[in-house]
Formats: sequence, structure tokens, C-alpha cells
Amino acid sequence: MVKYAHLIPLFPFMAFAINIFFGRRLKKASAFVSIAASSIALLIAAVTFIGNSNGEGSYSVVKWVFLNGVPLDFGVTIDPLTCMMLLVVTIVGTLIQIYSMGYMHDDARFSRFFAYMSLFMGSMLGLLLADNFVMLYIFWEGVGLCSYLLISFWFEKPAAAKAGMKAFITTRIGDTGLLIGILLLFFSTKTLYFRDLAGLAINDTTITAVGILIFCGAIGKSAQFPLHVWLPDAMEGPTPVSALIHAATMVAAGVYLIARCYGLFISHHAALVTVAYVGAITAFMAASIALVNNDIKRILAYSTISQLGLMMLGLGVGGLEAGTFHLMTHAFFKALLFLCAGSIIHSIHVDDDPAIHTQDIRKMGGLFPKMRITGTTFIIAGLAIAGIPPLSGFWSKDELLSEIINTGHPVLFAVASLTSLMTAFYIFRLIFLVLFGKMRPGVRVHESPYVMTVPLSVLAVFSVVAGFFRPMRPDFLTMGVSTAVAVIGIGLAYSFYILNNKILSADIRSRFAFLYRLLSNKYYIDEIYEAVFIKPCFRIAESAARFDLGVVDGAVNLTARISVVASKIQSWFDLYIVDGIVNMIANITWLCSAIFRRLQTGLVQNYILIAFFGLAIIILIKLIGG
Amino acid sequence: MIPQSHFLILGAVLFAIGLYGALTRRTAIGILMSIELILNAANINLITFNKFLGSPDGLGQIFALFVIAIAAASAVVGLVLVIAVYRNMKTIFTEKMNMLKW
Repeated sequence: MVKYAHLIPLFPFMAFAINIFFGRRLKKASAFVSIAASSIALLIAAVTFIGNSNGEGSYSVVKWVFLNGVPLDFGVTIDPLTCMMLLVVTIVGTLIQIYSMGYMHDDARFSRFFAYMSLFMGSMLGLLLADNFVMLYIFWEGVGLCSYLLISFWFEKPAAAKAGMKAFITTRIGDTGLLIGILLLFFSTKTLYFRDLAGLAINDTTITAVGILIFCGAIGKSAQFPLHVWLPDAMEGPTPVSALIHAATMVAAGVYLIARCYGLFISHHAALVTVAYVGAITAFMAASIALVNNDIKRILAYSTISQLGLMMLGLGVGGLEAGTFHLMTHAFFKALLFLCAGSIIHSIHVDDDPAIHTQDIRKMGGLFPKMRITGTTFIIAGLAIAGIPPLSGFWSKDELLSEIINTGHPVLFAVASLTSLMTAFYIFRLIFLVLFGKMRPGVRVHESPYVMTVPLSVLAVFSVVAGFFRPMRPDFLTMGVSTAVAVIGIGLAYSFYILNNKILSADIRSRFAFLYRLLSNKYYIDEIYEAVFIKPCFRIAESAARFDLGVVDGAVNLTARISVVASKIQSWFDLYIVDGIVNMIANITWLCSAIFRRLQTGLVQNYILIAFFGLAIIILIKLIGG
Repeated sequence: MIPQSHFLILGAVLFAIGLYGALTRRTAIGILMSIELILNAANINLITFNKFLGSPDGLGQIFALFVIAIAAASAVVGLVLVIAVYRNMKTIFTEKMNMLKW
């Protein structure tokens, strides 16, 4: 047992603190702070990985609280899943941070960006290490917060600010489910530790509900149907953020959560089936949307959703290892795809486009000769995600497919295969349109600096070899199917976009006009949400605002007016009655003294005279009375 | 033998003259002189009653002697005050001495 794994998230958090407090003084040096912290984390993660490749266990770091008498510690879980994820997150995160040095070079909030990136990584690493639900939930929300901060990093753009809010609110819906699930779990079983999950009562409907609620959290974070809408909009953030969110951190958290709670899911069939079908729907839907989209980053976003759906599907049919394996390989090639897209967006200049750095693939084309490193790595990543042997995507996708068919789900297998076909098609549509063909007039492009291309190359190596990290279980039927599917997809894309130079695609577009409209409008899900949830919400909010303005404010204003009138009366009373009485007493005193002061002449003789007459009167009275 | 009443009438007349003087004089010295008259009226009364009530030890006479001595002393103090006031205010009229009056 290695007992220093809990130090891993500490370094990114320290980097965050340094960059947020001293970022202004550090300027460009803040990138090195973040990268150094990530590298140290990577080093410790590697040591942990080597030291724990066989054993597993958890240890408590700090005693924390007692909940209803149940002790809860800040603890760390270390098992192969955690070790693998730690390594993936730190490798991909570090590379993305190095890449960001180039990508964000001219940004005004350079050090802020790296502070957030470090916080994001720290939260994700903490989430991976957590050994109980409360810790997981804390870091889970930390990841959510960072995604909000980073997606709306360019908050001067209204679209970016909106996208950040959308991501935060949409995932919050899932998080609420997760929170309820955690509370339900605690109140029904008195435990919050992951290690106790496997032994929970089987066929207990409460625990099944807990499983489905936990899955709700995963739906939000991993952008599964129906809460996937935030992820394409999250493309408003800087591209390295997209890469980090999509490959290593945010969306992986949902899949990781399911894998971490697998002991619970495996014994509750209903929860597991829910995971499988939600995953299948998501995978198919997102892949089909990606077929017709024209934004380089959004295609990749839908691709991510689709791949996450496949992972969920794999987990849902019982393939824990297949799902997490695909999570790992996907982290590498999806990060690579995003960073390639970023490299292209960063270096392309379109004369007549107001955005200058365009993301529209119809304006690109023939970039390969100008950007050989980016282009090559892009193609490698594309081959990996399409599932061409022997690249990493092939092995993990193959294992997923074989898991699905071997557990007896022919329908889900068909869906997964179709998704793979679409994946191969849309990713090569992207590659052919962007890298090959003729260059559009008015487009200028150059290769990105080494600080960006070196991480690309490293990730490309990982994308190729990541599939060999696991002992293979060759299954020739699914291997054949998946390879065939990938080749067909690529071939279709080739015939559509290279041979026919888009004439055929236009023809098909007009023939399937309805389908095309449906897909390019993303199944109208955003519009449905707009109509069903957002509009009524706004209407309720508006009426509440009216109520607030009319009734509440009215009541407050009425009270204010009443108090004004009352205090006016009171002040009149004070001025004329209270003060009047006081003044009257003073005046009476003054009047009396004005009379009697005449007695006091100041002449001693007068006093003597009065004294004499007084004495005489007293004597007289005495004599008469006497 | 002069009857007792004559002495008493003399004392009363002296007192009345002294009182009148004290009340009407405008100068401080006049008032002081009038007060001396009143004191002497009292002395006459003291000696008269000593004689006619037949006090054997002459207590009334001794008392009268004390009054004369103290009257002399008080006259001195009074005159000193009058001189001091005159030096400061250039007047001995009592109604002009009104600096403490409001």
C-alpha cells in the first residue's frame, strides 16, 4: 500500500492558489506553476500506479465527521480503476496545459486561465481518489464549478456566458438526483463508503432507486440523453478547455461514477438496464447529429456524447472493464482531436469571416499541406476513433461490442455497430472536408508553434499504443464487424466528399430533406426544452416578478407610506404638544419670576424696611392674639 | 427719681431715629451712623433693665460695655469697606453699588 496518493490533488490545488493570488505578478510564469504542479501530480500518480498495480484498498487520511453516529473520514481509494484514471487525467491534463501555453498566449486573463485549469484538475483528481460519496460529491461540484468558469471564460461573448450557465444549470439537474441518491443511500443503509456498496441487499427497490438517482448525476455530468444539451454549447469555451472537459475530466466523471458504484449496479438489474438503454439512445442520437453539423468543435462535441453513450452502454450490459477501457483510450484520442481542432482554429485566418478564426468546416479545406503535424495527428486520432486496427480505439470499441453481443443484446449490438459506422463516417467527413480537397480563397493558415504540436505528437503516440495497455481478448467476429463497419464508414465519407466533391451529398440532402432538417436541428431537443421548460419557467418568473413588484413591493411601499404619515402626526404631536407643555411650564415660570423679581430691588434699605414691617406685623399678631 | 418709663421712651426714640436714618440715608456713612444710634438705644435699654430689675452682679452693664466695644470694631470694619468701595467706584451712594445685580 502506498500512502501518499492523497497528495496528488494537492499540487494542482496549490497551483490554483498561487495563480489566483499572485497571477498578476507571475504573468506568463503562471503557466509553469500549473504545469509543474500537474507534472508532480503525474509523477506521484505514476508511482502510485506502479506501487498498486496488483493490490487494492483504501485508507483514511483525516478523521472528519460523525453523521448520526456513523464515522466519515476523508479517505482515499486505490484500485486499478483509480490508478488508471489518475494516470490518464494527469497525462492528458499536463499535455493540455502545455498546449494551452501556446493557445492562450495572447489572452488577457492568461494566469486566471491556468488557475482554473489547475482547480479543474485538482477537483477531478480528488473525485477519482474519494472513497465515499460525500467527498465525491464535493469534488463533483468542484468540477461543475470549474466547467462553468472555463466554459464562460470569454464571458465578453454573450454566447459563452450563456453556455456556461447552461452547462451549470443542466448538470445541476443531474446533481440534484445524485444528492438525493446519496441521502437515500445513507438513510436506508447507513453507509457512504464505496467499499460497502457491493454487499447491499439485493432486489431492494430503494437501492435500485438509489442506483438510478446516482445515474442521474452521471447523465448530467457525462452529457447523456436527455441532459446532453449543455455539451455542444460548451464549445464556446477555449479549445483546450473543451479538450480537458471532453477527454479527461468533466464528462469522464459520470462514467467513472458508474464504474465506481458498479457493485451497486451489478446487483440491481433495473438500474443497470436503465444505464444501458440511456447509453444506447445517447450514442445513436449524438452520432446522427454529428453527421450533418458544420462546426468543427461541435462535431467533436457530439462525437464525445456519442462515445460516452457507448461507454454507458458497455457498463450497462455488464462490461465494467470494457467501458472503463474505452474511457481511457477515448481520453487520449478525443483530447488529441480537440487539440488538433484548436490548432487549426488558432492558426486559420479567413479574410471575409467576421470571426477571423472560423470554426466552420465549409470554409476550410486542403489544410493538410500547410499543417503537416496537426494534419497527421488529426488523421491518427480519426483512425483511432473510427476503430481501425491496431489503434487504441479499435481495441476498446471491439471489447465493448463483444461484451454487448456476448451478454445477449442483439438490438443494442446493432445500435452500437450503427453508431460506430456513423462515427467513422462523420469523423472522416470532418477530416476530408478540413484537410483535403481544395483550399478556399481568402484563407490563410500556418503550422502552430512547437509548444502546441509537441503535445499533439505525444497524444498521438498514446492514441496509437493505449490499446496495448490491456491484455487482449481477441474476438474475431466482433473484430471483423467493427473493422468492416469502420472501413465502410470511411469509404462512404471518401466517396461523398472526395470523389463526388459534395454533389452527391447535396443530392442526398434534398432527397432526405426531412431527415436532414431533423438532424441539423439536433432533433429539436433544444427547442422542445425551450418550449416545455424554459418558456414556462420564464413565464412563472415573470408572474412572480409582477407579484413581487405589485404585491410585495406594494405592501412594502404602503407600510412605508403609513409610517411616513404616522411619523408626521407624531412629529406634529411632539412639536406642539410635548414641546408645548415644556415651553408652557418655562413661560409660566418666566412670567412669575418677571412679577416677583420686582421685589428684589437690590437696595438693602428696602429689605430692611420689609424686614422691619414683617417683624412689626408678627409682633402685632402676637399682641392681638396673645 | 426718674421713672423707668422715661429711660425706655428715650431708648425707643433713639431706636426710631436710628431706624429712620438707616432706611432713608443714601450714603453708606449715614447708614453706619444710624446703626450706631440703634446700638446705643439697645445699650440704654440694657442698663435701664439692669438698674430697675435689680440685678446684683451688673450683668446688663457688662453687656452694654461689650456692645460698645463690638460697635466700635464693626464701625471700623464698615468704614474700611466704605473707603475701599469709594476707591474703586468713586461713590458712597448705596444705590450705585449694583455690580452684583442682574
